[in-house]
Amino acid sequence: MRNVLSVANLSKKYGDTIAVDGISFEIGRREIVGLLGPNGAGKTTTINMILGVLEPTSGSIRIEDIDIAKQRSRALSVTNFAAVYAPLPGNLTVYQNLRVFGLIYGVKQLPERIESLLQQFDLKQFRDTKAGVLSSGEQTRLCLAKAMLNDPHLLLLDEPTASLDPATARDIRTKIRSCATHGFCGVLWTSHNMYEVEEVCDRVLFLSRGRILLEGDPKRLPHEHGKSTLEELFIAVAREPLALERA
Amino acid sequence: MKLNRTFAVVLRHFYLMRGSPARVLPLFAWVGIDMVLWGFITKYLNAITSAGFDFIPVLLGAVLLWDFFIRVMHGVTMAFLEDVWSRNFLNFFATPLEISEYVTGLVLSSIATSSIGLIVMLVLASAVFGLSFLSYGAVVLPFLLVLFLFGVSLGIIGAGIVLRFGPATEWFIWPIPALVSPFAGVFYPITTLPKWMQVVSRLLPPSYVFENLRAIVSGGAASATALIWAVAFAVVYVFLGCWIFARVYRHTVRTGLIARYSAETVS
Repeated sequence: MRNVLSVANLSKKYGDTIAVDGISFEIGRREIVGLLGPNGAGKTTTINMILGVLEPTSGSIRIEDIDIAKQRSRALSVTNFAAVYAPLPGNLTVYQNLRVFGLIYGVKQLPERIESLLQQFDLKQFRDTKAGVLSSGEQTRLCLAKAMLNDPHLLLLDEPTASLDPATARDIRTKIRSCATHGFCGVLWTSHNMYEVEEVCDRVLFLSRGRILLEGDPKRLPHEHGKSTLEELFIAVAREPLALERA
Repeated sequence: MKLNRTFAVVLRHFYLMRGSPARVLPLFAWVGIDMVLWGFITKYLNAITSAGFDFIPVLLGAVLLWDFFIRVMHGVTMAFLEDVWSRNFLNFFATPLEISEYVTGLVLSSIATSSIGLIVMLVLASAVFGLSFLSYGAVVLPFLLVLFLFGVSLGIIGAGIVLRFGPATEWFIWPIPALVSPFAGVFYPITTLPKWMQVVSRLLPPSYVFENLRAIVSGGAASATALIWAVAFAVVYVFLGCWIFARVYRHTVRTGLIARYSAETVS
C-alpha cells in the first residue's frame, strides 16, 4: 500500500518547550488513522505542521511523496482539512464559500461538484445563507463539504464531529468512511470520542507529551494493555503515560 | 502563480462588496465629501485672492491625487483585514494558495475599489468645480502610477504589520497617510519644510508628484528625470513591501502565529 502521508522524526519546539518530540508515522490509501491524546499532547500541532501553517523544528513530512517543505503548494493541492476551530468565513454564503475554496483548489467542473456536495451534506436549503448564521452542526457540515471539494488524497479532520448531534455525527462518520473505502483517500482523524474512534479508525496513535506512546488496532489495543475499553486506555495514557511507556 | 487562486481572493472581496452597502458606500462617500469640501475652499480662495492664480488645479487636484493614493492603500489593507476579521487565515493558508497569489489578489481588489473612488472624484471635480485633468497633460499618467504603486506598497507593509503584531494594530495602519502627508508636500512646496523633513520628502515618491504638479500649474514643465526617479522609487517600495510581508509570513509560520492568529500574540 503506497502511503499518502509519511511523517519522519517530526519535532516542534517553542523555546524550551517541546510540543512534538520526534514522531514518525505513515497513513496509507483508504486508511483512517486516529490521532489520540489528552489536551496539549501535540495533536493540533502535528496537524498544523502537516498543513504547512507551522514550520517543524526538525523532521520531514511527505504527502503523496511530495516534501511539503519544498513543494508546499503542490502537496496541499491533494490535501484538505476540517477543524472545529477553523470555521469558514461567516460573511460569505455557503455557495460562495465553496466556490472561493473550489477555485483555490483548482476543482474541475466546480458548479457540478458544489451541487453534489450540497446534496451530500444536506446543505441545499442553505445554499444562499451566510455561513455565520448557520447552527454549529450546519457549519461543521459546510466545513466537511469544503474538505471534500478537491477529492483529497489526504484528509485531516480535527474533532470533526465535536458539535454534531449523535445522528448527524453517525451520518458524517459513514460518509467519511465511505470516502476512504471507495476512494483513494487516507484520513488522519483526531477525536475525544472513543466510541467514534473505535467505530471509524483502522489504526490509532496515542500521543502524550509530544510522543507516540502506543499504536495499533483500536479494537485490540485496550486488551493488549490490560484495559477493557479504549476510553480506559485513553485515561491511562493521560494520567500515567510513563507507566505505559515502560510497559 | 496560478490565476484561478488569485481570482478566488478577488472573488471573495467581490462577494463581500456585492452583499454589503456598508462596504460599498465608503468607496466613494469620503472622497466625494473631500471633493465637495475642497472644491468650495478653492472657489473661496479664488474669490479672495488676486486674479490670475487658479487654486483649483493646485489644491483640488492635489486633494484628488492624495485621496486616490489613500484609497489604493486602504483598498489593500481593507481586503487583508476582511480575512483578519473573519479569522480566515488558517482556511486560506492551509490551501495551495501561494503568498504571491494572495498579495496579488489583494492588489487587484484594491485596483477595483480605488478605481471607483477615482471615477467619482473625477466626475465631481470636473462637473461641479471645473477641474480638468487635461490641463496637466499626459504627465497625469505617471502621477497616478507613482501614487498607485506607493499606495500598494504601504498597503502591503500595513498588512504585514497587522499580521505580525495582531489584529489590534490595525489602528496603526489607518493614520499612515496622515503621517506621510506633511512630508509628501501635498499642499505646499517641499522647500517650505525644515531641512531634515526635506530629506525624508526626497525618499517619498509622492513628493515628486506634487512638486511636478505645482510646476505644471505655475506654467513650467514636469521634470521627466524626477518622475522616472519617482516611479523607480515607488517600484522599490513595492518590492520592499512584498519582502516585508513575505518575511512576516515566514515568521508567523515558524512561530505558529498564523494558526492561532486571534490570540494576538506578538511572540
